[in-house]
Amino acid sequence: MPSPTPLHLAVALDGAGWHPAAWREPGAQPRRLFTAGYWSELAQQAERGLLDFLTIEDGLSLQSDDHFQADARTDRVRGQLDAVLIAARTAPVTRHIGFVPTAITAHTEPFHLSKAIATLDYVSAGRAGIRVQVGARADAAAHFGRREITPLRADQLGDPAVQRLIAERFDEAADYVEVLRRLWDSWEDDAEIRDVATGRFIDRDKLHYIDFEGRWFSVKGPSITPRPPQGQPVVAALGHASVPYQLIARSADVGFVTPRDAAHAAEIVAEIRAGQARAGREAQTIHVFGDLVVFLDETETAAVARKQRLDECAGAEYHSDARVYAGTASGLADLLQDWQAAGLSGFRLRPAALPHDLTHVTERLVPELQRRGLFRARYEADTLRGLLGLARPANRYAAA
Amino acid sequence: MTKQLHLAAHFPGVNNTTVWSDPAAGSHIEFDSFRQFAQTAERGKFDFLFLAEGLRLREQNGLIYDLDVVGRPDTFTILAALAAVTEHVGLTGTINSTFNEPYEVARQFASLDHLSGGRAAWNVVTSWDAFTGENFRRGGFLAQGDRYERARTFLATANELWDSWHGDEILADAGTGQFLSTAEPGTFRHKDAFFDIAGQFNVPRSPQGRPVIFQAGDSDEGRDFAAASADAIFSRHSTLKDGQAFYADVKGRLPKFGRTRGELLILPAATFVLGDTDAEAAAIAREVRRLQVSPQTALKFIEQLWNTELPDFDVDGPLPAFDPVVSDSLVSQGRASVRQFAKDPVALANEWRARAEAGKLSAREVVVEVTGRQSFIGSPETIATTLNELVQADAADGYILVPHITPGGLVPFVDQVVPLLQERGVFRADYTGTTLRDNLGLAPLSRPGETTTTRAAS
Repeated sequence: MPSPTPLHLAVALDGAGWHPAAWREPGAQPRRLFTAGYWSELAQQAERGLLDFLTIEDGLSLQSDDHFQADARTDRVRGQLDAVLIAARTAPVTRHIGFVPTAITAHTEPFHLSKAIATLDYVSAGRAGIRVQVGARADAAAHFGRREITPLRADQLGDPAVQRLIAERFDEAADYVEVLRRLWDSWEDDAEIRDVATGRFIDRDKLHYIDFEGRWFSVKGPSITPRPPQGQPVVAALGHASVPYQLIARSADVGFVTPRDAAHAAEIVAEIRAGQARAGREAQTIHVFGDLVVFLDETETAAVARKQRLDECAGAEYHSDARVYAGTASGLADLLQDWQAAGLSGFRLRPAALPHDLTHVTERLVPELQRRGLFRARYEADTLRGLLGLARPANRYAAA
Repeated sequence: MTKQLHLAAHFPGVNNTTVWSDPAAGSHIEFDSFRQFAQTAERGKFDFLFLAEGLRLREQNGLIYDLDVVGRPDTFTILAALAAVTEHVGLTGTINSTFNEPYEVARQFASLDHLSGGRAAWNVVTSWDAFTGENFRRGGFLAQGDRYERARTFLATANELWDSWHGDEILADAGTGQFLSTAEPGTFRHKDAFFDIAGQFNVPRSPQGRPVIFQAGDSDEGRDFAAASADAIFSRHSTLKDGQAFYADVKGRLPKFGRTRGELLILPAATFVLGDTDAEAAAIAREVRRLQVSPQTALKFIEQLWNTELPDFDVDGPLPAFDPVVSDSLVSQGRASVRQFAKDPVALANEWRARAEAGKLSAREVVVEVTGRQSFIGSPETIATTLNELVQADAADGYILVPHITPGGLVPFVDQVVPLLQERGVFRADYTGTTLRDNLGLAPLSRPGETTTTRAAS
């Protein structure tokens, strides 16, 4: 029997956890959500489990149960610190795990984000990534006052005009990622020469204007920050439909997707692979990770009961864009193996409650996967690209 | 009453003050350099660390300028990372109000303040040039005259955002299930000529309420802006006479904005050269000036003032005999100091020629003299005495020191000068406050809506 292919594991951190009542759990620390200590402890816990990376959710308006507008609830966690800065504050207290904070492409300047993620790569010695999110909320646009974003509702998504609008936002996100990557490449690796004889600190022939001109913005370059340790930090995106799958296929290194079951996972992977070929990226590795919300306990009964208790607290049964799993680590390992066979190369687990479900991932799920030969026994690389098996990209501007 | 000094450390920057050619000079981009620098400042009980910013690489004659340090990290990201490896030292970042938006900058500073336990500070700067604007969606859109107005309203808007959370919204009461005390935390609406924004700010009130505000402008408008809304000024006036004049002028503007003298600190930038004796320090200082002005750098300075390319010019000979090219189009872009040259280049060239004649100096030697930026030169005893005298004489409230070597340039100051200031009782032996505001001796901000009576009653 051939030895199994190891899978990759990431954890998605968001507030007190993904269940809206998670902050009321006995082990929750709702008063520490805005402190560095809270995030450092979670990152260190994830690192003890040898996870590939963690993601940090973010937004430019208050969180809401409604994807498109504010909901004025007072019984949910509200308020978010800047995810890139949480990652930067936390990276120096860890050594191996990758950091993939979220940024909103509709509003944040690509020049600023490019140097921020390059700097995150420096402060983490090669463990940075970025998850780009389009930003669909009209209220966030009103916080900036620079552009109109048509308010959308979930029931309009089938409308062709709305579909066109959405496609445009994702095209803009693809331009955005192109600018990030060009800026990261705008310095060749050996541009700093410190040549005392000629008085030159850099060889300016190894710095490049990126001269990007697109429909939504143009950026001259070069970056003010030298090329980061990984060359290009890892780019990730979440998708639930064809348009975002194409963003993943065209622009990302890692795609997060939300299959219902193994067959659905296979369909999504096939669609992304087809897009990858159309984009001429067959030779590159694009990971497709399945997203799952997880409630983990020693028995399935306990996990289901905990979910019910949380649902009662929240006043409604919890639903998510991702499949919700409530059960044991061993049952989850079975599911991951099944979905891996359908073509996924890894998983981004969204702990329902922190730190409970994260601790179960690192202390129960990971040993179970290790027993099955499906997960690393130690960190085998120093960079996030290394952990994900992604080569350090050649610089597009360097002479061959 | 004897004043206490404030001391801060400016990470060496991207002009010729920084001597990258010294064998001891380390990386300007690796995190270890920043970590060492910040930890040295904290070992010296400094008030804060200071980072400058530039958003486009400088050019001269249409080419990227390659003689000084080039390349630096993102300000917010490096400060957040430094919060992880320090406990007390303040984290001051220069952030441009032209190429950013209030909601995002307010979020980033509020986040930095949370993540550092109340150590964030913002040096508010402005620019208007289309040259830098080419790196941004918005482009170079500001008329020069509007830049202070935009900076002023930008800061006012950011203040509204920070004050939109009062500090009592988060109940996090698991028993009742109330996380928030209000359904509309962070509600704001702001409309003026530059910003028309409304909604809800999404970062709860931070430990300091808002970052400490620095301002660096020197013009009349800049001084008024600082007197109206800053907690500290990063000035260029490091000598006794200049310092006293600036200090008196700016502190004198405070009453008209309803503020007292203690509410605004004057902190000039200053370089230093230490030696065992004053004579040794003077000799080292001469050598440092020569290293700061390589023959290639001297040529670039002369081209900046003469505003033309001088391909075959010999810097060891005399200055050019012809007058500078007076034009709105400058050979140098992205460099603030060149605007000083452009004010009256012919008069300045005559001044340089007069100095060359008086001292029988070559072109390079003149540049070495006129561009020297060495504020304090001497033995530790001399520098400690001078710094203290200047502060007691109201030429400053303290200094932001700019070493010329990265990252170790601060070490001799911390090891040799700080203990002398501590012995004299004019500099803290240890941190006493928890926030940067505390350590700067600035009163805590009251929460919005909170009156003196309710504070006293609580």
